[in-house]
Amino acid sequence: MDTVETVVAYVFLGAAACFVLGLHFMNSPRTARRGNALSAAGMATAIIATAVLLADQGTITATGWLVLILGGVLGSALGLYAARTVAMTAMPQLVSLFNAVGGGAAVLITVTDLLQSDHPGALAARISVPGALDIVIGAVTFSGSLIAAGKLQGTIAGRPIVFPGARAASVALPGVFVLGAVWLVLDPGSLAAMLLLLAAALAFGVSMVLPIGGADMPVVISLLNAFTGTAVAMAGFVLATPALIIAGALVGASGGILTKLMADAMNRSVPAIVMGGFGTGENAAPAVGAGPAAGVRSVSADDVAIQLAYAGKVIVVPGYGLAAAQAQHELADLAALLQDHGVQVDYAIHPVAGRMPGHMNVLLAEADVPYEQLKEMEEANAQFAQADVALVIGANDVTNPAARRPGNAISGMPILDVDRAKSVVVIKRSMGHGYAGIDNELYTDSKTGMFFADAKKGLAELKAAVRTFVG
Amino acid sequence: MKLELLTAVTVFVLSVLVGFEVISKVPATLHTPLMSGANAIHGIVVIGAMLIAAESHDAVGYALAFVAVAFGAMNVVGGYVVTDRMLHMFRPRRVTGRAVEGSTEGRD
Repeated sequence: MDTVETVVAYVFLGAAACFVLGLHFMNSPRTARRGNALSAAGMATAIIATAVLLADQGTITATGWLVLILGGVLGSALGLYAARTVAMTAMPQLVSLFNAVGGGAAVLITVTDLLQSDHPGALAARISVPGALDIVIGAVTFSGSLIAAGKLQGTIAGRPIVFPGARAASVALPGVFVLGAVWLVLDPGSLAAMLLLLAAALAFGVSMVLPIGGADMPVVISLLNAFTGTAVAMAGFVLATPALIIAGALVGASGGILTKLMADAMNRSVPAIVMGGFGTGENAAPAVGAGPAAGVRSVSADDVAIQLAYAGKVIVVPGYGLAAAQAQHELADLAALLQDHGVQVDYAIHPVAGRMPGHMNVLLAEADVPYEQLKEMEEANAQFAQADVALVIGANDVTNPAARRPGNAISGMPILDVDRAKSVVVIKRSMGHGYAGIDNELYTDSKTGMFFADAKKGLAELKAAVRTFVG
Repeated sequence: MKLELLTAVTVFVLSVLVGFEVISKVPATLHTPLMSGANAIHGIVVIGAMLIAAESHDAVGYALAFVAVAFGAMNVVGGYVVTDRMLHMFRPRRVTGRAVEGSTEGRD
């Protein structure tokens, strides 16, 4: 190692420390933004240091520099544009897209390295084994994330798509991986082995994500995020660059934790989700016309407004239906009106509310809801007993008390204890079922009033009604 | 920067453990920015792309390196910018804006 190389190695170490500290600062909304800036600063420094290293080594050609600059400018411009313009509801698609390009870049690194460097046939297993893993994991992530993004965007149907031979493919393809990987390890120069591995992995990514329903997306995105991190770490093994190994491992850990949390919150196992074919996607076609069933108390906007205006404490339970109706702003306005009137308003957020981990929090934050009012499940559950009104909007299964009993589709699923509030109001278009396809016992509870309306229209009506009482 | 396999594996394993430790303390409220922030971090792949661009010496190599660098740059820039945009929205309760907790004075 010459001096420059050594210095650059230390800079990389510093960058890795910035990433860890940046993630550490994410433990509170107060410090999170600084953490992200620190992480970005570490990244920028590492990129500059790499450029210095390349200039110092002098092996890069003029064309190489041109490729770097053009590619960098193009990629940065696209990334900047996407990041600036994306709607918060479309965040899961964007994260999926970034997973795809990250995984894709990791694959290209190994592919180019194997094709371009003068490694003789007998390439050390130290490189060929992680290289094969990188190609498999990275390519699965690339195609899988693009499919996931397409499903979230609505370009590809959100419902589980099961094509003939899908099961056979998901059993056969991993066999091809093993075959291709062994071949590549034995003969790292073989273009055919690499292409076989690449094609099998890309096909597997597609066949893995297509059969997964839209409602399972929080788990899928987290899993693909973990894959991308691992692929990047493998690329780090191939290039023997610790910075890539550390950063990739951090992301792999992050994605792994989120995958576990999401799967637990949905009461499903990760393998069951990946095997797919269950998630119906968009809150199972609301059974239009299925009018109020027996034992359901239907209430009007005025009834609800009185309840809200005279409450001391209201807990709002938002679900994806709220975001789908784009009603976050109406909700925030209603909450502000109540708070001005002296009512304490909090939001109880279930971990899987939305289409990616924590999505609902971002949607409400965008509508100017202060983060102190966003309560996680455990904290919220401790407070329902003191709430005069629990206002459920667009959330279904996560409020169903049946989860506490064994013997049904959602048994054991962690739920929000909405039924412990003194009274409950549910804003919903119809008595349609949620994702799990079972009746919600909350709706027939004697203290529950059902306000049948579209979330956006219903909230606007409520706002107007509350205003006449407190105005 | 040649790394022995054992050292590389050690670094990997310890980093995963550090990751578990740090990330399990992030509140659910911030899980979306956490994921997009982690997303930006795996943009470090752009450094790998730069290193292979230096190794490339024919059209195929340049083309692959170009795509890899563009992907990596998009990942880094987009990831950090969108994370910052999101975190900017997480503000504390404003004292002068809508009523402070406990206040009973209507402002309408």
